[in-house]
Amino acid sequence: MLKEKFNLRKFLANNALYVIMVLMIVVIACISPKFLSVRVLRDILTQSSTRIIVAMGCMFVILSGQADLSGGRMVGLAAVISGSLAQQSTYYLKFWPTLPELPVIVPVVVSILVGLFVGCANGFIVSKLKVPAFLATLGVQMILYGANCLYFNKAPNNSQPLGGFLPSFSNLGTGAIAGIPILIIIAVIVMILVHILLTKTCLGKEIFAVGGNAEAARVSGINVFKITMITYGIAGACYGLAGCLEATRTGSASSTYGLSYELDAIASCIVGGCSASGGVGTVPGVFFGVIIFNVINYGLTFIGLSSYWQFVVKGVIIVAAIAIDVRKYNGKN
Amino acid sequence: MDKARPVLEMTGISKSFPGVKALDQVSLTVRAGTVHALMGENGAGKSTLMKCAFGLYHPDEGTIKVDGQEVSFVDARDAMDHGISMIHQELHPIRTRNVMENIWVGRTPYKKVAGVKWVDEKKMYNDTKALLDKLGVKLDPRTMVGTLNASNCQLLEIARAVSYGAKVIIMDEPTSSLTEIEAELLFKIIKQLTDEGVAIIYISHKMDEILRISDEVTIMRDGKLVGCWPASEMTQQLMVSRMVGREMTSQFPEKQHKPSDEVLLDVKNLTSAVKRSFVDVSFQLHRGEILGIGGLVGAQRTELMESIFGLRPIASGEVWFKGEKTNIKCAQDAIQLGMALLTEERRATGIVPMLSITDNTVLANQTAHTKQYTGGGFFLNEKKRVDDAQKYVDLLSTKTPTLKTAIQYLSGGNQQKVLLGRWLLLNPDLLILDEPTRGIDVGAKYEIYCLMEKMAQEGKSIIMISSEMPELMGMSDRIMVMCEGHKSGEVQGEEVSDERIMMLASTYIDSENAAKAAKA
Repeated sequence: MLKEKFNLRKFLANNALYVIMVLMIVVIACISPKFLSVRVLRDILTQSSTRIIVAMGCMFVILSGQADLSGGRMVGLAAVISGSLAQQSTYYLKFWPTLPELPVIVPVVVSILVGLFVGCANGFIVSKLKVPAFLATLGVQMILYGANCLYFNKAPNNSQPLGGFLPSFSNLGTGAIAGIPILIIIAVIVMILVHILLTKTCLGKEIFAVGGNAEAARVSGINVFKITMITYGIAGACYGLAGCLEATRTGSASSTYGLSYELDAIASCIVGGCSASGGVGTVPGVFFGVIIFNVINYGLTFIGLSSYWQFVVKGVIIVAAIAIDVRKYNGKN
Repeated sequence: MDKARPVLEMTGISKSFPGVKALDQVSLTVRAGTVHALMGENGAGKSTLMKCAFGLYHPDEGTIKVDGQEVSFVDARDAMDHGISMIHQELHPIRTRNVMENIWVGRTPYKKVAGVKWVDEKKMYNDTKALLDKLGVKLDPRTMVGTLNASNCQLLEIARAVSYGAKVIIMDEPTSSLTEIEAELLFKIIKQLTDEGVAIIYISHKMDEILRISDEVTIMRDGKLVGCWPASEMTQQLMVSRMVGREMTSQFPEKQHKPSDEVLLDVKNLTSAVKRSFVDVSFQLHRGEILGIGGLVGAQRTELMESIFGLRPIASGEVWFKGEKTNIKCAQDAIQLGMALLTEERRATGIVPMLSITDNTVLANQTAHTKQYTGGGFFLNEKKRVDDAQKYVDLLSTKTPTLKTAIQYLSGGNQQKVLLGRWLLLNPDLLILDEPTRGIDVGAKYEIYCLMEKMAQEGKSIIMISSEMPELMGMSDRIMVMCEGHKSGEVQGEEVSDERIMMLASTYIDSENAAKAAKA
């Protein structure tokens, strides 16, 4: 090994994401020192938690070399379905007036199952019907939104935002255990599970192999159809869970929930170091990818900048992060 | 033409990459109108040196002179403007465009009318036609490149290099995907080019070719120059010993295995579900036998083997394995039965580029025999994975910095060894090798041959598709020859000869061409 001197350019290129994040935090903290507090950190993490779960799901699909645009609308559908199953009997606008009060586990599990089903449908369309993933999931996204609106518009609800959730349901989104919000705990558990699945199990290795070179994987006896179904299935389940949690967090649900979450999730994955063509990516990277966007959201509002600016800054960050990242790989040749 | 005039002089070239010194004070002088062979094992630095000459890399030290003028190329385009062209080992033509557009890409001839540059189709066609005629290449400029076979793609690249008015053309393994007949055409074109004063730098592992066509031979080893000699003073023995730095007594290991009478694989009247692929092929393979499959490119040998392995659909016929009729639908089925297939296209269907040596080695075994790694549980035993990978790195003496290195950073030969390890790890009864030594240096080749011999001795059976005649004849117990999707014959023992195999390999070509001509 040749001894290499510390090279600032290389260091910046290899850690672009973290450097940008630290810079932003420094700038925001200079303008408003209160930004550096436990409360802000907790707020950012809580807001990020559902996004993290969506991004974790999306990551499976990206790792396997595919694309998924259905995430956001799946979040919306799951929010409405779980919300409609978790209302108090006394609520005047109850979605299912005759439905008894169900244990909190029911809406959660139903959301996950609906997500799983939709994810498997995505997988089937992509790997059996051979529809390009981008178009397949674009179609499914529209179907989901339409279905959600139809459900949401059912009498007597007629597209009124859902409310009046059971306390046990709302508690998921607002409660805390030992001072740590439950949402953060759930997101951390999901991340740990995904990390273990990807790095310690045969399934994880097969997902990387399919994303890295699907043909080589097939020749080596990996069932590419199965892997595609599993990755989309897991993604769908994550979206379902995230949708349900989004309803608990906001104490409401409507068919517009989850709008453009899928694009944020994809951006987080790519900014977090996933290769857009598959086979490369880590859980910590994607986690930081999500966090950086939420630091922007929260931070810019915190210093009183118009929320419209958030889009501009987010866009610049995506382009800049990837432009730097591309150089990182160029240097290796 | 003044043959002694040096057209390209590279002096004291050094180039380092993080962790490795790829070139160390290497010099190379190429004279106009000559063929200069560049030889060395994989990883000796040939490609790196050529990439320096072609402007893809910038040397850390040393000078490059073209026609006596010192140059420093900014990029490949700059090198081409100075008359240096390179034909890469792996070609990347634009398959959805036709021949002439590929040749003139980036400098399409145009007519300016009303301030707008319009493509001058007619000039492009005529120029291309003239160029191809001059080279004696029978290709229509309007043919879609996607429909061309490997050899025609190669000729297209050469035509493109010539169209730039190249003074030096670097050819990296130009014949590796060509059949012998196609290679002959290439040699004719090379002769024509050198007669016109063009210098050719010829990289190849095929020593008979080099002795035949080159004027000078430069040999490299481990990033250093071994020396430069006139080809007339060289022999295969000399070249090999100078390349590997030791005496090589023989090209092939001594045949000690004895095929048994037990039939392992029995293929009966197999016909592909794809049109114009193989038809009605039957053959048997015994335990402990090495069966060679000969034929020209396009003889459907790969298709046949991949169909047996479950990667391609079969219309009719039966495959019997270990005395039982099989119903193989995918690679998984074949692997479970005890088959393994090292595919021909290392990049397309072999390596998973960004994954580590370990991941690539255990890829197939970990899916087929997951329990070996999980003990029936959920988590992989990382130590077992690493141990397995290390075992095959040692066994095949694969050169890699660490087991964690992504396979894409290894040289072609070492990638091939990792892939071979992937299949050996399955401990298969039948190992199918599709062009196992393509683009691999002599040392590694010999190691692979020894391994095949050892497997056969252990009673394993091997099928080897090969386009290299010496390898086919040197390693096989029996050779089946295919032509245009048909089995045209089998030879063994006394019958084996170059001529016999070549004749079988072209059995149906003339008759088919005759039939086509009759139709037209």
